[in-house]
Amino acid sequence: MTKALPSVSRPATPGFATFEKPRHSLLIDGDGEPDFSAIQTSEEFRALKRRMARFILPATVLFLAWYVTFVLLSAYAADFMSTPLFGTVNVGLTMGFLQFVTTIVITMAYSRYSRRHIDPQVDRVRALAEPDEELA
Amino acid sequence: MTGANTALNLTVFSVFVLLTLYIVYRASTRNVSASDYYAAGSSFTGTQNGIALSGDFLSAASFLGISGAIAVNGYDGFLYSIGWVVAWLISLMFIAERLRNTGRFTMGDVMAFRMRQRPVRAAAANSTLVISLFYMIAQMAGAGGLMALLLDVHSKLGQAVIIVVVGIVMVLYVLVGGMKGTTWVQIIKAVLLLLSVTMLTIFLIGKFGFDFSSMLDRATQRSPLGESVLAPGVRYGATGLTKLDFLSLALALVLGTAALPHVLMRFYTVPNAREARKSVVWATWMMAIFYSCTMIIGFGAMALVGTDKILDAPGGENSAAPLLAYQIGGTVLLGVVCAVAFATILAVVAGLTLTASASFAHDVYANMIKHGEAEPRDEVRVARITAVCVGVLAIAGGIAANGQNIAFLVALAFALAASANLPTLLYSMFWKRFNTRGTLWSIYGGLTSCLLLIAFSPAISGSKSSVFPDVDFAYFPLSNPGIVSIPLSFLAGFVGTVLGGDEADPEKQAEMEVRGLTGLGSNLR
Repeated sequence: MTKALPSVSRPATPGFATFEKPRHSLLIDGDGEPDFSAIQTSEEFRALKRRMARFILPATVLFLAWYVTFVLLSAYAADFMSTPLFGTVNVGLTMGFLQFVTTIVITMAYSRYSRRHIDPQVDRVRALAEPDEELA
Repeated sequence: MTGANTALNLTVFSVFVLLTLYIVYRASTRNVSASDYYAAGSSFTGTQNGIALSGDFLSAASFLGISGAIAVNGYDGFLYSIGWVVAWLISLMFIAERLRNTGRFTMGDVMAFRMRQRPVRAAAANSTLVISLFYMIAQMAGAGGLMALLLDVHSKLGQAVIIVVVGIVMVLYVLVGGMKGTTWVQIIKAVLLLLSVTMLTIFLIGKFGFDFSSMLDRATQRSPLGESVLAPGVRYGATGLTKLDFLSLALALVLGTAALPHVLMRFYTVPNAREARKSVVWATWMMAIFYSCTMIIGFGAMALVGTDKILDAPGGENSAAPLLAYQIGGTVLLGVVCAVAFATILAVVAGLTLTASASFAHDVYANMIKHGEAEPRDEVRVARITAVCVGVLAIAGGIAANGQNIAFLVALAFALAASANLPTLLYSMFWKRFNTRGTLWSIYGGLTSCLLLIAFSPAISGSKSSVFPDVDFAYFPLSNPGIVSIPLSFLAGFVGTVLGGDEADPEKQAEMEVRGLTGLGSNLR
């Protein structure tokens, strides 16, 4: 985590306020605001989107399919859902409780994936449009 | 439920109100700017906001309603909880972080980000007000019903007085504390609720030697339905139509949660997207624990109190948890459970009032009437006046709806949110071509189709349990409209966009996408 830098100190033109040469040219416009169209097409941003999709798409398909399966089985396969599993606890109650478990597992997995693979890439994209903070 | 413990209940409840009002007062010293009032200056941590989120979400319907539904219908009551837990994954992966990065105070900020401001903000404010009001009236009506049970107040007049008191206290929270005070109320309430529910569960399962199976066994012996309470179908399994109704409900529950305006607004109280993510992680844990406990409490009430006794009690289904508390912990535990139930209603209604007032002041007054150039002080003043008006409306609506079937109002709020808000939010975040016309069609298409289908549903007319049992204009056979109105809203957004109108602004779209994922341009860290 880097320290916050007041946004007013953002230079108007790339590298203007720093003494060292910037490592890359900043994707900002004349007012010092980020150039969003250029960032959107940058390789760093596209990589960020790919990384998010790689987790979110399969996870969403998985949890929605699992939820819909549970709902459909409850509605149309009551006999199967009432098969006893442990003592009086049947398949339906177990599957319902497992919905809680999978929700927690996916939540924690997303949190971990974000910390390891998304947050660092977000920092890389932000660096495209922000003065180098390590100098500050 | 004798009158003997009324004094105890009242004392515990008054202590809670006075304590929270004091905390709200202390928390509100610098409650002057619009950002302070709407978003608590974005100063809460993810953990605090996560607990507050669960406080905002766990209404009396969740606590008393779900445990009661399980105690009476068994398996079919359990289905609500599952939808409400799974739904947080949508919030986690699609909504929370992008919303925090893109908007400032309201849902309208995000919906109108790259669209024409005035019509879209008006639409967002309309949908926020309608949804919040429905949700709030259900809570207020619930407060009246609870009183009958918990304080032994049986006259309609007495219950009306209590609804007025609840309304005044909640408006006080909002006026004095703004978002900061309201958030602290949510945190205190959520912790109290979770603690008492967990304690109750541990006592309960301990009575059965920590053997869930033997508890279920006992429950089936005490229920007139026998073994079938453990299987699906008691409530929704009768015909093909009721099964379809169940699917519709399941859809609305899982898609509505992530689009409820008062849940969305919570994400602005944290400083950045990473804290917003952490909020959802905390909230999901709280929900999963809470709903696991309500399942045990529900079946436990069935086993120890018995379904017949619950249905004969003054509050009907809703009395399951209090009756159980009395059974295992006597008057003290009953007092605690009752106070927590009051606190729950108060806090949820305060959160809703704040959301509705923020939407009016920020979207309608500041951005539509004043074209985004309102003085922040005026904006907050308008928000406070709106909060009072919303409070009065909710009190009046609550008194009018007292004694009505409130479950359908809550389910309606979820169906409305899933129809009017979710398609618009997803389209504007993920579909480049989505434009102003698509936005308006999607919001109003979802909102009106949902309202119309409800108006012509069996929940309103034509059956014994409807609002108007004597007339029959129930042309739509399902009591939950989600399965029709949610796809319809997605379709309307698509067709509206494809048919033309203003082209989407590619620069604004680039800004929204980059800002949503990275926070660039939002001055957030």
